[in-house]
Amino acid sequence: MKKQEDSEKMIIHLRNVAKYYEMGENIVRAVDDISIDIKRGDFVAVMGPSGSGKSTAMNLIGSLDMPTKGHIFLGEEDISLLDESELAQIRGKNIGFIFQQFNLIPTLTVFENVVLPMTLQGVPQYEREEKAEKILHRLDLWERRNHYPNQISGGQQQRVAIARALANDPEVILADEPTGNLDTKTGLRVMDFLTDLNKEGRTIVFVTHSPELAKKYAHTIYWLKDGKIEKITKERKKE
Amino acid sequence: MNYFKFAYRNLKKKGIRSYLTLLGICIGILAIVSLITLGNGLKAAVSSQFGVSSTELISVQASGGNFGPPGTDTVNPLTFSDVEEIKKLSSVREAVGRMIVSGKLEFNNKVVFGYAMNIPEGDDRDFVYNQIEAKAISGRLLEDGDSGKVFLGYNFYADKVGIGKPILPGNTVKIQDKSFEVVGILEKKGSFIMDNLVFMNEKELQSLFNNGDELNLIAVLPTDKENMDKTKEDVERLLRGIRGVKVGSEDFTVSTPEASLAQINSILNAIQIFVILVASISIFIGAIGIINTMTTSVLERKKEIGIMKAIGATNNQIFMQFFVESGILGLIGGGIGIFLGIIIGYFGVVGINNFIGGDMLPKINFFLIFFSLLGSFLIGALAGILPAMKAAKQNPVDALRG
Repeated sequence: MKKQEDSEKMIIHLRNVAKYYEMGENIVRAVDDISIDIKRGDFVAVMGPSGSGKSTAMNLIGSLDMPTKGHIFLGEEDISLLDESELAQIRGKNIGFIFQQFNLIPTLTVFENVVLPMTLQGVPQYEREEKAEKILHRLDLWERRNHYPNQISGGQQQRVAIARALANDPEVILADEPTGNLDTKTGLRVMDFLTDLNKEGRTIVFVTHSPELAKKYAHTIYWLKDGKIEKITKERKKE
Repeated sequence: MNYFKFAYRNLKKKGIRSYLTLLGICIGILAIVSLITLGNGLKAAVSSQFGVSSTELISVQASGGNFGPPGTDTVNPLTFSDVEEIKKLSSVREAVGRMIVSGKLEFNNKVVFGYAMNIPEGDDRDFVYNQIEAKAISGRLLEDGDSGKVFLGYNFYADKVGIGKPILPGNTVKIQDKSFEVVGILEKKGSFIMDNLVFMNEKELQSLFNNGDELNLIAVLPTDKENMDKTKEDVERLLRGIRGVKVGSEDFTVSTPEASLAQINSILNAIQIFVILVASISIFIGAIGIINTMTTSVLERKKEIGIMKAIGATNNQIFMQFFVESGILGLIGGGIGIFLGIIIGYFGVVGINNFIGGDMLPKINFFLIFFSLLGSFLIGALAGILPAMKAAKQNPVDALRG
């Protein structure tokens, strides 16, 4: 009974997942037999030094990559059985990505970048423009809507990336080293924003190599080392 | 999603490279459009020349079968006695012998070379005038009993034969060094053959050119216009008898206007097919250019493809983006090609008409434009299929790494 309750609350579940890469004659075990349960509304950090497999784990959580072994569930659905296009649809609807490099489309304006994920999901034009406007106001970017990514600062670009991640109202936001390319102050602003989104009930998963950042913001921390989970810690946050 | 807007942005960003890629398609389409326009203009011009020499007449020529004018040193020429025999056929209403000889004309101290045509006497004169719908724009036509007189085609009057001065009725011209009075000018026919002709009474032409009884052509008007082939067969049978030749080894040709037109059309068609072949090669090379540019583009935009996939683009959507972009490359190239091609074709046709004295205006062929545009889009899109598939198949994680 208890297990079923847990799975109801579970939004992403990696069960005994492994990802191997072939490098010439060697097989690199990027992640090896890890299980991660991400509960709805949690604020999760995936911690580890470089080469620990945290980015691979992140890609698996975000269904960008398929595991060599094991199963990945999004809600009740085993997404390791889906094909590329079905995965893309699932990503577009349920997961918002934020990258270290911001990864905005350089040929599109701020506004168009935010509209794009909705366009890909076939949201009607009126609706998606209204939504983009709302999000851009919230992130204090409305004034910049007609700028191209190379015309605004790094902090602003990362906020555009957050705006884009929010476009389809995803339950989960995945951030891969979101503060990696930002100065401390701007980085903290981004993290505060993620905290706000978490308080609204969204599930946040972020990858970092900074224990301070992980401890300060995350509720659950997965410590990865050499492709395996070393430990899982829970942080108590003062509300 | 709006693939077209996306495509436009990307092409604009690539600037000069896009335009260079367009060149191949552009030249190919330009060649096709300009030459088809030119070809159609030429066809119309040639048909109009034909139209003047009447579509009701069957023409009989001694073999060698040179179409139209002279230089015809045929082994066994047609003569006036042949004309008389042909006239007797029940399926023939009227027949008249035509002599067209080349010679020189002198006026204003300038000499030009051209052709003169005979005008027979009596009823035959009326028949010929009727057939060519002869009407004088100035002065009068020749009559029975005129001697030392000629009338001229419109171009002599319009100073288009290179003499440097219009020839007017009343002027005296020298033909083969003998003086003739110009009695009139034929109204404009829009046919360079007719508009450049000198018309002389038959007897005078015969003696001036020592032409004897030889005819270049016999024009035959059938009794029944709907049954030209019957007349044609009758004339052939008759001439075989007179000349003593067997079926299949005739030393003369009898041609209906339709057949002659069809022959000219088939030559023009062959030219057009050749042109299309050459243009196709250029388009093919253009398509390879597009494949090349798009493949490079997929490599350059690998990261963008990764981002698109991460934020929910399906393989199909990525494919469509590159596919449409490639199609637009083709479309722009084709569009420029059509534009330039029509300009070239238009001025080409105007030029030809000026040269031959016709006044056909080139027609803008919207059918051709539409299909050229559609075709260039499809060529571009087709060329983009492989690169687009390559783009769509990128693994998102690899692509994001850039």
